[in-house]
Amino acid sequence: MADLTTDFVGIKSPNPFWLASAPPTDKAYNVRRAFDAGWGGAVWKTLASEGEEIVNVNGPRYGAIYGADRRLLGLNNIELITDRPLSVNLEEMAAVKADYPDRALIASIMVPCEEEAWKAILPRVAETGCDGIELNFGCPHGMSERGMGAAVGQVPEYIEMVTRWCKQYYDRPVIVKLTPNITDIRKPAMAAKNGGADAVSLINTINSITSVDLDNMAPQPTIDGKGSHGGYCGPAVKPIALSMVSEIARHAETADLPISGIGGITTWRDAAEFLALGAGNVQVCTAAMTYGFRVVQEMTAGLSAWMDEKGYTSVAQITGRAVPNVTDWQYLNLNYVTKARIDQDLCISCGRCFAACEDTSHQAISMSADRTFDVIDAECVACNLCVDVCPVEDCITMERLAPGSVDPRTGREVQADYANWTTHPQNPSAVAAE
Amino acid sequence: MADTHTPGITAHRLSEAQIAENFSDLHPPLDRHEARVAADRCYFCYDAPCVTACPTEIDIPLFIRQIAAGQPESAARTIFDQNILGGMCARVCPTEDLCEGACVREAAEGKPVEIGRLQRHATDALMARQSHPFTRAAETGKRVAVVGAGPAGLACAHRLAMRGHTVTLYDANRKPGGLNEFGIAAYKSEGDFAQAEVDWLMQIGGISLEGGKALGRDLSLEALVSDFHAVFLGVGLAGVNALRAEGEDRDGVQDAVRFIAELRQAPDKSTLPVGRNVVVIGGGMTAIDAAIQSKLLGAETVTIAYRRGRDRMGASEYEQDLATSKGVRIIENAMPVAVHGNGAAQEVELEYTTDDGSGLTGTGERMRLPADQVFKAIGQTMTLDCGLKLERGKIAADASGRTSMDRVWAGGDCVAEGADLTVWGAAQGRDAAEDIHATLMGVAAASTGAVMGEAART
Repeated sequence: MADLTTDFVGIKSPNPFWLASAPPTDKAYNVRRAFDAGWGGAVWKTLASEGEEIVNVNGPRYGAIYGADRRLLGLNNIELITDRPLSVNLEEMAAVKADYPDRALIASIMVPCEEEAWKAILPRVAETGCDGIELNFGCPHGMSERGMGAAVGQVPEYIEMVTRWCKQYYDRPVIVKLTPNITDIRKPAMAAKNGGADAVSLINTINSITSVDLDNMAPQPTIDGKGSHGGYCGPAVKPIALSMVSEIARHAETADLPISGIGGITTWRDAAEFLALGAGNVQVCTAAMTYGFRVVQEMTAGLSAWMDEKGYTSVAQITGRAVPNVTDWQYLNLNYVTKARIDQDLCISCGRCFAACEDTSHQAISMSADRTFDVIDAECVACNLCVDVCPVEDCITMERLAPGSVDPRTGREVQADYANWTTHPQNPSAVAAE
Repeated sequence: MADTHTPGITAHRLSEAQIAENFSDLHPPLDRHEARVAADRCYFCYDAPCVTACPTEIDIPLFIRQIAAGQPESAARTIFDQNILGGMCARVCPTEDLCEGACVREAAEGKPVEIGRLQRHATDALMARQSHPFTRAAETGKRVAVVGAGPAGLACAHRLAMRGHTVTLYDANRKPGGLNEFGIAAYKSEGDFAQAEVDWLMQIGGISLEGGKALGRDLSLEALVSDFHAVFLGVGLAGVNALRAEGEDRDGVQDAVRFIAELRQAPDKSTLPVGRNVVVIGGGMTAIDAAIQSKLLGAETVTIAYRRGRDRMGASEYEQDLATSKGVRIIENAMPVAVHGNGAAQEVELEYTTDDGSGLTGTGERMRLPADQVFKAIGQTMTLDCGLKLERGKIAADASGRTSMDRVWAGGDCVAEGADLTVWGAAQGRDAAEDIHATLMGVAAASTGAVMGEAART
């Protein structure tokens, strides 16, 4: 079994799976259950300043998006940061950390954008013995209306300023949690780095309305006839999170900034993908909220088994391994020519590939009277839509045309060398290949 | 009280409670969540094979998608547009031979989308509202006689009424429904569904039912043709084939169709007499229905004897398996040669058969089975003789149901085309109605086929 011990910016944990700052980490009771179940760490639900009143709604806090058989794909949350007194949280954190010294315990903090507020809370957090702090600059609802959370995370200058205060008044690692509700994720990441952050964590939840009650014409979850946008999370947001993580990991100025990856991680594979795109560890919430803390056992066992299979001996070896292969569109090889291939033995003749191609793509699949579906190479642009809509795994695959063969669609010979848009003759700004 | 070991033919072999349980719904309805899960399995195939396999060409992927999207009543409308008897078909269709047999998931994983149960979910939802989803066109002033209130006649009458014609619907029985009411196993049409369906269907208006009037007895085709603008015959097959075995006239030898009808009409099934040892001769759905229900009534042994191999049986493999799972034994390649007994049947003598390509012959090897009740289920025949051209002993009709006689259409079991299923009657009745409408009004007949994807078939 591969060793999953992780050292993330100096914070050690027995595995890279931390619980994200969220409802599951609001109390010692939950966090102890999580650690007993095997979680490597937990980011305690966000603390507010002493005396800052946090009141939650008394109606529904969550809304959901389902797949088949009510499989929860996306969750929306309008709960605020912890509504328990600061002193209670700090006492509990200290006790939990003392009882679970090998687990990572991080304090998430959200206080007003004033130096005094940070200066006041940081020493008290340090006294708990927790391993680091995470600055909640992402919460998209409620707190942002008070000038905190996402309201800070959307202004890089504020991020840098607050991060600097934290580094000044706190001597353990400072992780800055980023909101995805912005245009370019690299800007807040650079601000965090400039402020001296040890790491960033992302993504926080995405502004969302899960659904609309069409009888009452109100967004859901509905509180007495009204609804507000909340924060979207769960498997549905993973692709967005992966892209943002990769943007930071491959940007020259932030490439060396450690990343704690968050966003819809449900299985070991999701975690491995975040690691491969640059994350040093991962944080999980929705999977735990959907299935309970025991899901971590699949995650740790699965990641370890996969690492054994691939010969990785540490999590650090995975981190960033796919980053060199993330590139800009203009650098993709235009001489890489593929065609869809349908395995007739696997085909169940549902015709979805045909409908998709005929109606919405390139009319590159033929259908015979006996429901045999074939690819018309002269029309196939290799878009992959047929592969995506086919219900049978591996029934349709993309096969590369060998260099030297002729692409029946273009009538041109497939070239063996690499060539991209930057050198393409149809590109008005093309430069001669060197 | 009798029990399963009581000799002879007797009622009360099982307790009332046991019999009620035995005859409960074969496939309980799907609840809302189950229906959503089942609907999610549909791939929404292009030019779907299930539609092609359905004689009424219901747009199955569309109605399943409507269930998945939370509108079972819209799904029902999609079904009823093609087949007004969609509720009964959802219960009695041999789906394993039709839509579900053609489902790509049957090919892929041996587990088709549960189309039949989904259809029931949708049709039940709409029918539970007790409102009829179709409205009648303006009266055309045309009058049509529909003879036979079975599946074909009901489908024809409904479509004609919808088109604005005035329909007189005759049936030899006082109760309408035909095969649906008298010819289908009780556990497939629980809760008097057949009558509820007829009542619901009649809400279209413009149909007057005249029960107890049989063609050839109370009605003549000549009179109907002169009294109405058009006539549709959906009279079914009233005759039962003979065994042609010695001792066929002994007590205890009965028609399976009559037994099935009695079962359906009995308010308390525990009062129905059944033999201790029952032998059913035949291999179709009627044989299966009679055999299973004998077992459910408490017969100790029930045997189906079929003169050919199981693969040639008219009953589907699913039906055969259902029978064997209920404890029915199926003996293949055996034909009856005699019914022995002293007045009443006591034994059936069977001879094994072989088929050398030129027809069935006995092998000479014989066996005797104890049998105090013998059901004949070896097919039904036309008894009607009304001057129409016949084909293979049934009325010759074209794809639109036109017979050899002007202004006379026919459909359902009494015509040569199609199989003896409710769904075939529904399709033929509907199509004949459209042709009658087109003929009476001098317009082109509306297409009733599915229109999806045909353009792709070049």
